[in-house]
Amino acid sequence: MSGEGSSGDWPLWEVFVRAKGGLSHRHVGSVHAPDAELALAHARDTYTRRSEGVSLWVVPSAEIVASDPEQAGELFEPAENKIYRHPTFYDIPDEVKHI
Amino acid sequence: MDAPDTVRVDYLLRLGDDSLVLGQRLSEWCGHAPALEVDLSLANLALDLIGQATHLLGAAGDADQLAFHRDVLDFHNCLLVEQPNGDFAQTMARQLLFSTWQHMLFQRLTGSSDQFLAEFAHKAVKEVAYHRELASEWTIRLGDGTEESAKRMAEGLDWCWRFVPELFEVDEALQAAIDAKIAPDPRGFEEGYRSAIGAVLSEAQLEAPAEQRPILGGRRGHHSEHLGHLLAVMQHLPRTYPDAKW
Repeated sequence: MSGEGSSGDWPLWEVFVRAKGGLSHRHVGSVHAPDAELALAHARDTYTRRSEGVSLWVVPSAEIVASDPEQAGELFEPAENKIYRHPTFYDIPDEVKHI
Repeated sequence: MDAPDTVRVDYLLRLGDDSLVLGQRLSEWCGHAPALEVDLSLANLALDLIGQATHLLGAAGDADQLAFHRDVLDFHNCLLVEQPNGDFAQTMARQLLFSTWQHMLFQRLTGSSDQFLAEFAHKAVKEVAYHRELASEWTIRLGDGTEESAKRMAEGLDWCWRFVPELFEVDEALQAAIDAKIAPDPRGFEEGYRSAIGAVLSEAQLEAPAEQRPILGGRRGHHSEHLGHLLAVMQHLPRTYPDAKW
């Protein structure tokens, strides 16, 4: 890759792929692109060349709002000792399928 | 049966050599494109085209034999696809002019009386639609970009423009394929082609290049010097080591 005018000038886009109908889009990585249409094209060429998907989303990375790693303690640790929030205390009758 | 088969093989070689030569040309960008993402885009186009060539040359004979052991005079590709890559703008100009033509051709080739070609076109027309779309998007961005990118895009189009009439030339061999209903008549979509290209250029804020003296002859083996160099690189290994295996 030549240095000048390279993808370093282009904004970053996060790429989400839906593997097949019925599944959610999952984050797979990111691409550089000058605008939304080319971000989709780059995402298609980079992440779905081996039939990984049936649908693509691209989102400007700058638009992602992330939680603060400093706050990880107060945000996530309290959930760790609340095992009653997991639905594991029920006996499921054998006749019930697809759970 | 002899004559119709010659007509079919000649037409398969024209289509197959277009895809093979352009695929080989595009693969020269591998590792050199302006950005990593563009590198992948171009490699994908190249692989699509080489895949097409494998099918088309395989229907005409032994694909490897045809690709690696024919001399330059026996290649039937159009002159446009053998033109050097130049800069990225020239590569996109060539891609726009070729993929738009190939897309319109393959749309009609789905109605071929030849079952192989009809099925081939049905499958390939989708990937070619993407090639056309990508080349159009880049033409618009470069043409309607900076002063420098617009200048390069205009120069790239100017370089390629004289090879467009060959895409619509109907010589005796092609006429025979048209009569046999194997091939669509390209003159049937020349006007549509010109206006489709015109629409992309106007969105790209570019003028169509001035008409130039057309250069013809690729279909009959009269190639530019560029094809010889391309074949030397492409054919070197299998010719030096004829029994080499992966």
